[in-house]
Amino acid sequence: MSRLGPRLLESLFLLGAAASLATAQPATPVSQDAVHEVAAQLRCVVCQNLSVADSPSEMASQMRAIIRERLTAGERPAEVRQYFVDRYGEWILLSPPRRGFNLLVWLFPLAAVVVGLATVTLLVRRWTHRRDVRPPPVDVDPAMSERIRRELESGS
Amino acid sequence: MRRLWRWLIPLAALPVLALLAYGFRVDPRDIPSPLVGRAAPGFALATFEGAPLTLETHRGKVVVLNFWASWCYPACYEEAPVLERNWRAYRDRGVVVLGVDIQDRREAGEKFVRDFGLTFPIAQDLSGTVSVNYGVYGVPETFFLDRQGRIRVKHKSAVTDDVFRTTVDRLLAEPGSP
Repeated sequence: MSRLGPRLLESLFLLGAAASLATAQPATPVSQDAVHEVAAQLRCVVCQNLSVADSPSEMASQMRAIIRERLTAGERPAEVRQYFVDRYGEWILLSPPRRGFNLLVWLFPLAAVVVGLATVTLLVRRWTHRRDVRPPPVDVDPAMSERIRRELESGS
Repeated sequence: MRRLWRWLIPLAALPVLALLAYGFRVDPRDIPSPLVGRAAPGFALATFEGAPLTLETHRGKVVVLNFWASWCYPACYEEAPVLERNWRAYRDRGVVVLGVDIQDRREAGEKFVRDFGLTFPIAQDLSGTVSVNYGVYGVPETFFLDRQGRIRVKHKSAVTDDVFRTTVDRLLAEPGSP
């Protein structure tokens, strides 16, 4: 027991040291592109219509650092995005998720384009149709018609 | 058919006008926080004097957590005396006011604290982690936490005496409070 004790302690110390070394190393190397990909989907909370990726503000810079930190810790991009959604709501997403009431945002422009195209087509057809319509023949007196014909012939 | 068309165009404009009317009445910056009703995220910061400032040490109290910055004028300048006055009035009744200075320079933050004679604990959130954890998107923002450590109210402009007293009194009067 007297020899086992120090050996056990030594083993535990080495195990602890190895574990601390393992945790000290960066978990996952994260590229700038990976950070940018998540940041580009998030709204800069202190800007007007800028993403976290594009904003030069300090808040956006801090948010990019948090994204990097969480990706480095091994979180997937979707989990990092969800981290921000949990705190700011879906408002933080530049593209609202395609479900429920949000579907209106995606479908309304499409419907507007379809309605717009249909209206334009209808109007264009109506206008072109009007141009094709020839005026109805005017009733000409047969005597007058004969006179015009004769005068034309005599003139030539 | 022609009569229908004559009515259809003004009718089609109605939903658009209704949407515009709704949009003008709504403040696009007034975003409801998904954190209200949930447990307040813990944090560990250090005050300007270097003392640790954690939320954990104030569990069981009504916590008024205020995010501010020295450059936030005039709102933060308006509410600083209000917070100090109410902190002094309520500190012996199980209420604590905590300040978090964000996106600020240390000297500017310290000067702000000196100028207003603020005595409640204040720390700087240099990394922005705490403010993002609380979904802060501007200053000032103030969170009122109940004694169970849940966020009950998020206030998004300068805190007034009325807002402070009404909210804190309500949280103090809740059953289950010691």
